[in-house]
Amino acid sequence: MTERQSGTGAGAARGGAEATRTRPIYTPAADIYDTEDALVLVVELPGIRADELDVRLDKRVLTIAGHGSAARYEGYSLAVCEYKPGDYERTFNLPDMIDDEAIEAVMKDGLLRLTLPKAKAGPARTISVKVG
Amino acid sequence: MAVFGPGAQDPWGDALGALRRIQEEMNRTLGGVDTGAVAGEYPPVNIWRGEHGIIVAAEMPGVSIDAVEVVVHQNTLTIKGRKDAEAKASAASYHRRERVSGSFARTIALPFNVDASKVKATADAGIVNIELPRPESDRPRRIHITSA
Repeated sequence: MTERQSGTGAGAARGGAEATRTRPIYTPAADIYDTEDALVLVVELPGIRADELDVRLDKRVLTIAGHGSAARYEGYSLAVCEYKPGDYERTFNLPDMIDDEAIEAVMKDGLLRLTLPKAKAGPARTISVKVG
Repeated sequence: MAVFGPGAQDPWGDALGALRRIQEEMNRTLGGVDTGAVAGEYPPVNIWRGEHGIIVAAEMPGVSIDAVEVVVHQNTLTIKGRKDAEAKASAASYHRRERVSGSFARTIALPFNVDASKVKATADAGIVNIELPRPESDRPRRIHITSA
């Protein structure tokens, strides 16, 4: 599984349209590992809820985009800022062996876990050779 | 230990944050000694200040609230926990490993003593919000000025 060069970020995924929001767009940290029957993708998206997340598969290209809303506390002002809430976007190229229909996505504690089951390889076929 | 005091400004916040990320990146790339602890100060926090107290919002995706210990003692707040890597099966092989994992503990100095029984912590999408109300006796009071 390879990562795409997503230099244009948000724009590329939405048909070239520039994002009009002023929040920064981050590339979220991800773990990718292989088990016997699946490829697992774990992506950190702090501040993003399940309904603010868009996971899209177009041919072999998997795009993860999260657009949250900044935390606001009534009557409070920000005094120390060590992280800036933002949007997230990252694109991956999937290998061919993935069973697209069985992909599972679970969001919990700001962590997205995508399970991409490996497709069963079809039985080997013998091609009969005719005498021409 | 991060010191947060009244009127504390943090002009270095951004630069330090960037530096911290670079350092984490380098530690990961160069391997380093695996101590089983998250390197550097973790979790990063945003601190909100209001009339009735402060809110510490700690960003720790993938850490469930049950695995976090919040300890308040006088004017210090300690956030302790463990951030676990996902794969447990030994058969699993990593293609990419960017998330940091390990145990962490961070102590933050608060500008006032906190009544531990009134502290509330809630989790929302990987961010733990810790509400620390300022005790009544410690609140600033407006002094009424009378003309002589």
